[in-house]
Amino acid sequence: MFEFCADPSSLETGQWFACYLTNGVHLRFYQSFVTVLTLLAITAPVALTFGFIGAAASRSHIAPLRWLGKLYTSMVRGVPDIAFFLFFVIALDQALEWVNHQIRCPDWDEPIRQGANFIVCQAAKIPLNSAPQWVHETYNYFIAVFTFSIVFGAFASNVLFGAMRAVPHAQLETAEAYGMTRRQTFWRILVPQMWVYALPGLSNLWMILIKATPLLFLLGVEDIVYWARELGGSRTSQFAYPHPDWRLWYFLALLVFYLGFTKISETVLSRITRRLSHGQATMGGEAQRKAAA
Amino acid sequence: MSCWETIQAYGLRSLGMGERLLPRGDIGLCEQITLIGSGMIWNIYFGALALFFGFFLAVTVAVAKNARPALIRKPAEWFIFVFRGSPLFIQFFLAYFALVRLPEEIQTANGVVDISWLTDPFSRAWLGALIVLFLNTAAYAGEIFYGALRSVPKGDLEAADAYGMTGFKRFRRVVFPTMMRLAWPAYTNEAIFLFHATTLVYFSGFPAFRQQGDALYYASYFADRTFNPFVPYPIVAVFFILLTLTVITVFGLINRRLNRHLPAERRRKIRYRPNLIR
Repeated sequence: MFEFCADPSSLETGQWFACYLTNGVHLRFYQSFVTVLTLLAITAPVALTFGFIGAAASRSHIAPLRWLGKLYTSMVRGVPDIAFFLFFVIALDQALEWVNHQIRCPDWDEPIRQGANFIVCQAAKIPLNSAPQWVHETYNYFIAVFTFSIVFGAFASNVLFGAMRAVPHAQLETAEAYGMTRRQTFWRILVPQMWVYALPGLSNLWMILIKATPLLFLLGVEDIVYWARELGGSRTSQFAYPHPDWRLWYFLALLVFYLGFTKISETVLSRITRRLSHGQATMGGEAQRKAAA
Repeated sequence: MSCWETIQAYGLRSLGMGERLLPRGDIGLCEQITLIGSGMIWNIYFGALALFFGFFLAVTVAVAKNARPALIRKPAEWFIFVFRGSPLFIQFFLAYFALVRLPEEIQTANGVVDISWLTDPFSRAWLGALIVLFLNTAAYAGEIFYGALRSVPKGDLEAADAYGMTGFKRFRRVVFPTMMRLAWPAYTNEAIFLFHATTLVYFSGFPAFRQQGDALYYASYFADRTFNPFVPYPIVAVFFILLTLTVITVFGLINRRLNRHLPAERRRKIRYRPNLIR
């Protein structure tokens, strides 16, 4: 990074750290923060969409659709979510390979599950064995993102279902009295009003999503936990920047990162809540009105 | 091996008793159920003890956060913020490295006196992870109890004043029972999710000593070995649903006792509301 970094062994403490913290692997460590933020940026809307579909399905008049919605909503209850994370990644991977196998190798006659092995034909491997490293990494990353979205979609579906039920029934009846169809009532009356009721649950969910991001590490993605472990481990004098075991300090940095992130989110979310409850016939709105008067 | 022999061999495997090697060759349903069930011992151990000790710290923290002097209030607020604001996963890692590294530093600093007998247990999951879970649940429950403490009806306190109760007596006889009653439904959910959080122990910094792990540790072992996630993970799920039902039953009984003086329609029912990951 800097010119004086050519020979790190001759540097003073301040310069040594300036060089150490900007060397190649550290830049990748900083990039992994972007990885985590991207995960949040992709997962949040996708999970919200899944949640919305799930909640809408749970309200459906068609029984099988309703059952599916309910099943999806109640899936995450009672079972540790990390079990879901571990399960989904393998299950999803195998499902994709199985489908691909059925398409590409229809004349394969051996069973796919041979005792303890899961064998599909070479052409059906996802990604292909011959694919470059970055394809494997990207594939892993998107499997992880999808898993996060499915699990958090179930949580969001729970929240949104509750929010839809919290919208005063009189509103829906009025819509029907005006002759709106079920579809019109849903899109024009229910959906715009439910967000105020959903916001506490969704902001709670956002906090939980932030705190779930270190689990990326378990899904085999090179995230901040991976790099903190990697970089913190002690380096002997054979390396350019020898140091003892500093993992404690790296994890302390991660802790500070997460605390700061949750603090900022808290502030922003409480501001949004104030905005949304302005003029609403709820306790929060009433308190605002009284404070102003 | 018949299923009964498997249970004898692996029933207490997670505690280091019975067969030394984990099943390798033919892994049947019986092996999986037995070993995963054996791992549940650790989940129950971590959950129950952290919950028990955490309860007392949580009450202390809640009262401290409600105190007026900043010297008492601030530490409680920071304690709750740090443990609720950061992922449990990171807390485990941090605690592990703190408990392993610091003793080594001290060791090299003073050199002569061997203190490993004192510091060794802290770097093992049974104590180190238990401490993290204990502090974590104390912070979450502390916030719940604080919320309940703030919503103790004003009339109750005025009645206590009218009876001439002050200080600790007023707390013990009036504030504390009401606080418990108000907090109990939320606290039940906290207990359930603490049990769920125990599955993180062996996936964070703490290694499983001689492959003595918890339910999820064995489940992922089986999933890796058989390439079939569709058997071990549902088994874990069933075990945890049973555990969750047990917790709800026990806490429901306590809830009934806490509410026994109230007319039936004013009693607060426990509603299962997932608080999800921490």
